[in-house]
Amino acid sequence: MPHWIRACATDDISPEDLIRFDHDGLTYAIYHAPDGRFYATAGRCTHEDVHLCDGLVMGHLIECPKHNGQFDYRTGEAKRLPACVNLQTFPVKVEAGAVFIELN
Amino acid sequence: MTAAPFPVGQRDYSLVGPDSRRAVEIGLASAEWYHSEVPRAVMKDLMKRTDGPAIRDTILWFALLIGGAWGGIYFWGTWACVPFLFVYSVVYGSSCDSRWHECGHGTAFRTPWMNDVIYQIASFMVMRNPVTWRWSHARHHTDTYIVGRDAEIAWMRPPKTLTNFLALFDVIGAVRSLGILARNASGRLTPDEKDFIPESEWGKAVLAARIHMAIYAATIATALATWSWLPLMLIGLPRIYGSWHMVMCGHLQHAGLAENVLDHRLNTRTVYMNPISRFIYWNMNYHIEHHMFPMVPYHALPRLHEVIKADLPPPNTSILDGYREVFASLRRQKTDPEYYLRKTLPPSAKPYREEFHTLDIARSRT
Repeated sequence: MPHWIRACATDDISPEDLIRFDHDGLTYAIYHAPDGRFYATAGRCTHEDVHLCDGLVMGHLIECPKHNGQFDYRTGEAKRLPACVNLQTFPVKVEAGAVFIELN
Repeated sequence: MTAAPFPVGQRDYSLVGPDSRRAVEIGLASAEWYHSEVPRAVMKDLMKRTDGPAIRDTILWFALLIGGAWGGIYFWGTWACVPFLFVYSVVYGSSCDSRWHECGHGTAFRTPWMNDVIYQIASFMVMRNPVTWRWSHARHHTDTYIVGRDAEIAWMRPPKTLTNFLALFDVIGAVRSLGILARNASGRLTPDEKDFIPESEWGKAVLAARIHMAIYAATIATALATWSWLPLMLIGLPRIYGSWHMVMCGHLQHAGLAENVLDHRLNTRTVYMNPISRFIYWNMNYHIEHHMFPMVPYHALPRLHEVIKADLPPPNTSILDGYREVFASLRRQKTDPEYYLRKTLPPSAKPYREEFHTLDIARSRT
């Protein structure tokens, strides 16, 4: 059943950056976009088992730190090889200065 | 599961052989690698993309290519063409490798299409299938010098010193590269290529090889029609007579160092080089830094080096110093293929993690 989980405070993530969030044995990436919005995706690159948290956020793209594959973190769409498979995304809401993601 | 034993010294460098299966079994494939600690704010600044340095360097690169080609054509048939073709051949046959590499990572320019255009041009110059090599290089970064996984291991053990140094004027490498392109153009990929290239990309690899081969065929036809070597001196042959700098720098990257470890400080070498070589090589002499943090653009590697050098083995002080070390290590490996040069870390560095880095030795004991 879907439920909202508090991931972090909004000021835990600098604008145009991301952090890692682990919950219930799974790992996620939480993004702070340049326009001030927050997003969430699966934490690991779909190309190789590398966490995206050390990657580079450029606009609405996240670049994997190992092979430079890129994804649009708003939609999860793979935008640059060697990433071919889209990234899973999760709904996000901001309440009282905290970022929540909706998980099943 | 107990892995099958291997006699000391025997290795299978193919990507579909017993060493490949073994690397997967013992956790060497797609593993987590050591990297030096860099504060996030510093790393974000180092990773920042910009077009400026690569546009400047590319304008200079094309100016040297055009100027060299002009002099080569204008003075063709006289000794005066030699210095022009010397410059042209090096910026064609050696700089192409670093441009191919950096643009393949997508870090040279901030603007994606600029990376893509230079990547395609440089792939042609270096006689590499742009599709195949994108994937082989991704594997090289995943599994650097892991036997049976890395398709770009230049110095297989025991080392064949003569063969590799004949490659300094890369006749063997260029002929081999052309043969691979011809095979790909005929629609055939090897089992190794199929191992690291996703099936969805196979058709693109064949198409790219056909385009490259068509350009070479047109160049040969022009040479025959004009009954002159000049077209081939400008397209194709510089990959042989101008590749010496690429080969000279490339051999320093990993030769004589460890295989089957998960720390780039053990299998990769950083060498201080002169400014001309650094321009040709696009700062890939900071090779440990590049492997640890492949998202850092070439123009930021000297800054990255300053940030993490206290955690790295001392760099070689020159190309000559690097080769002294390489030759000494290769000499040992000819009689003892298990040997590798294990560099001493400075007191400020985090020690090598023995549980990972004795795998190469443990391999012969299982």
